Parts: sequence; C-alpha cells; structure tokens
Amino acid sequence: MCMPLVAANDVVSAMNTASPQGLYATRVKVQPMAVHGIARRVKWLILIACLGIYYLLPWLRWDRGPNAPNQAVLLDIWERRFYLFWIELWPQDIYLLTGFLIIAALSLFLVTAMFGRVWCGYTCPQTVWTDLFMWVERLIEGDRNARIRLDAAPMSASKLARRIAKHAVWLGIAFWTGGAWIMYYVDAPTVVGEFWTGRADMSVYFFTGLFTATTYLLAGWAREQVCTYMCPWPRFQSAMFDEQTLVVTYQGWRGEPRGHGRREPASALKTSDLANKLGDCVDCSACVQACPTGIDIRDGIQLECIGCGLCVDACNHVMDKSGGTPWLITWDTLARQQAKAEGRSEKFRLVRPRTVLYAGLLLIGLVLLSVAMVSRSRFDVTILHDRAPLFVRLADGSLRNGYEVKLANKLPEPGHFSLSVRGLADARLSLAEQVRPPAASVDIDVERDSVGDARVLLEARPADLHDGAAVFDFVVTNKDTGKQTLYRSRFMGPSGGSTR
Amino acid sequence: MPTKIEKDEHSGTDTTGHVWDGVRELNTPLPKWWVWVYAACVVWGFALFLLYPSIPYGSGYFHGLLGYSSRVEAMKGVAEMHARHAADMDRIASADFATIKADPKLVATAEAAGRIAFANNCQPCHGAGGEGHVGYPALGDDVWLWGGKVEDIAATITHGIRSTDADARNSQMPSFGADGQLTAAQIGAVADYVSTLYGIATPGPDVQKGAALFADNCAVCHGDKGQGNREVGAPPLAAKVHLYGNDRATIVAQITRPRMGVMPNWNTRLDPATIKSLALYVHALGGGE
Repeated sequence: MCMPLVAANDVVSAMNTASPQGLYATRVKVQPMAVHGIARRVKWLILIACLGIYYLLPWLRWDRGPNAPNQAVLLDIWERRFYLFWIELWPQDIYLLTGFLIIAALSLFLVTAMFGRVWCGYTCPQTVWTDLFMWVERLIEGDRNARIRLDAAPMSASKLARRIAKHAVWLGIAFWTGGAWIMYYVDAPTVVGEFWTGRADMSVYFFTGLFTATTYLLAGWAREQVCTYMCPWPRFQSAMFDEQTLVVTYQGWRGEPRGHGRREPASALKTSDLANKLGDCVDCSACVQACPTGIDIRDGIQLECIGCGLCVDACNHVMDKSGGTPWLITWDTLARQQAKAEGRSEKFRLVRPRTVLYAGLLLIGLVLLSVAMVSRSRFDVTILHDRAPLFVRLADGSLRNGYEVKLANKLPEPGHFSLSVRGLADARLSLAEQVRPPAASVDIDVERDSVGDARVLLEARPADLHDGAAVFDFVVTNKDTGKQTLYRSRFMGPSGGSTR
Repeated sequence: MPTKIEKDEHSGTDTTGHVWDGVRELNTPLPKWWVWVYAACVVWGFALFLLYPSIPYGSGYFHGLLGYSSRVEAMKGVAEMHARHAADMDRIASADFATIKADPKLVATAEAAGRIAFANNCQPCHGAGGEGHVGYPALGDDVWLWGGKVEDIAATITHGIRSTDADARNSQMPSFGADGQLTAAQIGAVADYVSTLYGIATPGPDVQKGAALFADNCAVCHGDKGQGNREVGAPPLAAKVHLYGNDRATIVAQITRPRMGVMPNWNTRLDPATIKSLALYVHALGGGE
C-alpha cells in the first residue's frame, strides 16, 4: 500500500485544467509546497548569488583617481556617465548598448534552445523575488497545507498577526530592493545618508517608492500571473524550442497508467494482467502541489511552465519514500522521450544547426562588441559649420566662415590641443571670443573628462569653390602626444566659383 | 453573441463561438484583475478630464479643478530662470566690460542672455546669425560704421542711430543730386572713381574728374582714400563690403539722394544688463575689435 506521503487534499488539480470556461478567469491562488532536492538547491544558490550581487554591488568601490566617482558600478544619469568597473561610457558610446542588448538576446536564444527556459526558472528577477517572498511566506504562515487552512480560517488575532508580519517583511524586502535600485544611479553611501536625513533629491524618493511598490506587488501578489499574462518571453519561446531542447518532462511512457495501489513485480503478475499493469506514477499530485505556477507537468510542455524543475524534486522525494524509481519527472528532450516510448535509444543533440547558428551569432556579436569597446576612442572631434551666416565677406575681400568646434576629452587629465587647417590655401584661424589677429593655428584647452567648446573663425581666399564650397581638413593636434586627428569640413562662399 | 460553444478537439479548449470562414476562435479567458485594471484606467481617464483643462465650449473651455495652465507653468519657468540669473545680471549691469570678460561665468550668462535678446529683438533686421541684409549691416564682418569695440556696440544699441534718443548716433549725408550740389555728370564721375577704390577699374578721363570732385565733396567724411570715418558713421568706401551694393547705379543713387539707416534706441525697451549682454554677444559674432 502506498503511503499518503503528501497530505491529502480532496481535489488537487492544475489551475489550467480544461473545463467549461467563461470569457474571464478568476485567479486561482497558487500555494506551492516546499520541496528539497537538486533543483531546489541550485535554485537557492542562484537566488543567493543574484540577490547578493544586486544588493551589494553598489557598495563595491573602485578607485578611479581623485576626480571621478569611486563606485564600481554607477549609472550617473545627471552627469551623463556610465561607470562599469574599468569602463567609462559617455553618451556618445550609447550605440554600444545596442551590442550589449543583442548579445543578451542571443545568449537567451542559445540557452533556451539548448536547456529550455532556465532563465525563467532560475535567474529572472520575477522568479528570484517571488521565490524569496514565498520563502518568507512559508516561514510565517507555514507550508502549503497550513497556508490553505489559514486562508480558509476566520479572521483571528493569530491570523491577523501572521498576515501583518508577512506583509511587513515583504514591504521591508521591497523597500530594500527599491533602495538598492537607486544606489546604481547615485553614490550609495551618500544617498543612504541623504535619504534618511530628508536631503535626497525628490526623484530618489520617487523611484525608491516606485520600485518598493512594484516589488511588493509583483513578487507578493502578482507572481505567476506576470509570467503567464504579462511577460512576452513565454509567447515567443516556442520559436527557440525544438524536439532536441532539454526541458522538464514527465516520462509518460514510464508513468502511465498512473494510479494509486500496489505495484507487483512483473514476474508476480499473470500475463492477462500485464496490460493493466500500473505505471510508475502513483498519482500523488506532489508535482502539481510543488509547482510555483500551479500547473500539472504531466499534461506535457506548457506555456506556463518556467522550467524550474521543482516538480522533479517533488517527484523524486515521493519515489524515494515509496521505493519507486526516481527521475519519473526529469530533464530530457522530446525526441529522446519519443524514442524511449518506442523502445529505441537516442542521443542528446546539443550541437545542431539552430544552436550552432545562435552560438555563431553570439560569438560574432561578442567579438564585434569587444573590438568596439577596446578601440573606443578617448577623444572625439565634432566641427559644425555655422548655419547662418554661411560666410562673411571682409573689407579686404577675403571670406570668413564660422565653426563650432567640440573636442571631447574623455581622459582624467586636461588636454591641450592645437587646431589648424590642411588643404585650404592661405587659411587663417582665430577664436571668436578673443580679438587677435588670425594665425595658422589656434590653441584649445579642454578640461579633464569634459567637452571643450570653441567657436572658430576661418579666413581664407579660396581660388576654386565648387558649388560655393571648398573641401578641406581641420587638423586637431594633441600638443602633449603629438597625435593628429583629421576632420573633413567645408569652406563656404558665394556660389559661382569665385570670391569676387 | 456566441452561437455555438464547443470544445476544440486538438487543444481541448473551449471555443468562443466566433467563426470566421471556418476558423474558430479559441477561448483564452482574460484574468479578471486585468479587466479591473482596464476599468480603473478608464475611471482615471475621466478623473483627468475633471482635474485638467479639457472640454471646450463656445468662447472658452473647462479649466479643470486643479486650475492647471501650461502657459502659467511656462511663465513660472521663465521667472525661475530670471531669478536664477538675477545675481549675474546685476553684476553684468554694474561691472565694466573688462571685468565681465575676466569672469567666465559672467561671460557664459551674457552670451546666453545676448543670444536670446538678439533673436527676440535684432534678428528681424540683422538676420539670425547677424548676416545682415541690404541696408542692414552684417555684424560678423570687420566693417563697422560706428565702431566695433564692445563699448561702441553697447553705445549704438543703447542710443540707436538717427533715433529719437538725445544721444543717438547722428549724421546726415547731403543729397548732392537732389539738392543740386552736383550735376548728374559729376555724380557719374564720382561713382566711377569710387568704384576704383574697391577694385572695379573703369579707366577714363571721368575717373580723374571724379577723384577731384571726391576730394572736394566726399573726403571730408569718407576720408581721402575712402577709409571712412566712424565719428560720423561714414562707411569705408574702399572696403569690399557695401551696405547698399557696389554697382554703379547704387552709388549714383546714393550720391543723388542717400539712404541712411535708422536703428531704434533700445534703452527704452531693454535693461542695461541685457544691452551689455547683447553687445558682448554681437562682439563675439566675429567682427569684434
């Protein structure tokens, strides 16, 4: 006789079991049962790692010298600088973000094609925080059955106390989460001090409040509804899945027909009974009770399944206690399951055109991004021609054009530059702000870590203007290093090709 | 209304009863909380109608319970900006130009204030970048009628040219033709001579005659070599930049019955700090001396 290892509920059914439906669905509260096993252990480890990184990373210091922030990861929106350890990004580098996003997407594609929705099951913030909140709930209100009883019980002092305790801890975690979020945007020790003395910026309080509210709402209340209804990822995951993808699978060929009751050794059965022999599934519903999205894995691959594998742990536990063979629910590919059902054997095929394509694209993306990151210039030149006037005629008949010169010096020390002209006869430069006779070059100093701005006037008497313009190069010379940067520009004059 | 709800054989899901060309719609029920969020958004939409300016009627509109007005908000922003720069503008008003130029923060404020004041007041005649038009001087070149030092520019803006201000820059070029001081032939000769000053040679006996007439009638203001005189705002005729044009007909017309520019005195409309900011801005357009 199989012992009732799972506390009996009269009816335990998946929340997405087919039944005559209305057009609107009432939410069925999912009360997951605690499990122990390999999936749970891995999930805890990843949860601790993710939360540890999230909460502690802003406190990590990184010495960048006296004039730069010493926070290792700082997205300084106000000063328009992103600091990621040894990398400093300017607004001009924002295109690199495209590369990061493409690589993140391709990594997700590759991992999903090979191992299913492990992102959803283990590392997605929604999963991590929901797991944390469920753990708190279990500590305060007990495991599944105790919670179901508590929900059904009339309000009492003890119930109220538990409810208040649970929501208080939830809100505390949510507040810590919202507070940690803001620390990625402003210096962590400073903002903590300012926050509690009421001196922080209004936006700090607003975003802390916003992320406190969303964390509490999404991890405490919405939970699996986010995955099932809000998140787009489950909608297009099927495009990355195929029959060779490793997914959490119920081995139906082994488990069916499911049923309670004694399993006789095959030798003890009469030939006529062999056809009615019960499968390995004792139909205890532990897998359903353990599922954080409340589904029945035995129904096959489903939209709601986040691939966390807690049902594997739940089933193994039951099999262990009942003396059955473990891994009735396991990680396997649909192709292998098909083969096993037909008595064949088939290998894992992690290397296949789809995964090779994803891996190849990922590799190309990584190489391109690395090259872009490494070769990213610490110095940028932009020179804009004045829009009005396009040119000015001077008393001696020569022409003058105005340019807005912007030199971005991304280095932590001041830059000293000299601007001259190549490819324009008799060109003389001057700075608009300074009244000095024009010369062959002008000096522009740029402070450390900033963009130097100068309006430059260029006088010339070009012999040949094509369509009212002559093409030439500005030469920006770094006086400290001697490095020259060319910038192609135009000198404008009256159309007709002559200065007079 | 759905007509026939059945269970789909393949998915085991109910249909809604809707059929399009034999394609049946599966019923995937919307969560109720989602519907309530939608309803709440609709209610919030009506709340916004009540709180903010919304419904127009006849000559007016419903102002909303909060009394919000984007124009009032914008003017608040302008007032805030003025308040923020008030200290700097006071210093600009009281300090001399050398002091202002020595302080980069004051220069930045003056440049910004000057740019805005220029766009609001000067641009219609002098152009967006001070490029000028026929009869309206370009401000970015190196030819000045009344002086290109920042103090000169400030004085010109303050008192204007041939304006009603008592200290206005004032001068009058005689109408040599209209008043009969020179004959048409003499005027033509002067025009021929003047054009040689900036390099358009028209050799002939008239140029000689024109040079003599120029020395007698014009050199007193425009200089013996046509170099101009800023005391009286006489343009440097030898420069290759000309207010009204450099062709012979324009010169003849100018000698016969001269056009003379008028600029308003801005001291009645702009405060001293703004005028000084404007002067600094114009000075930095490229022609400043």
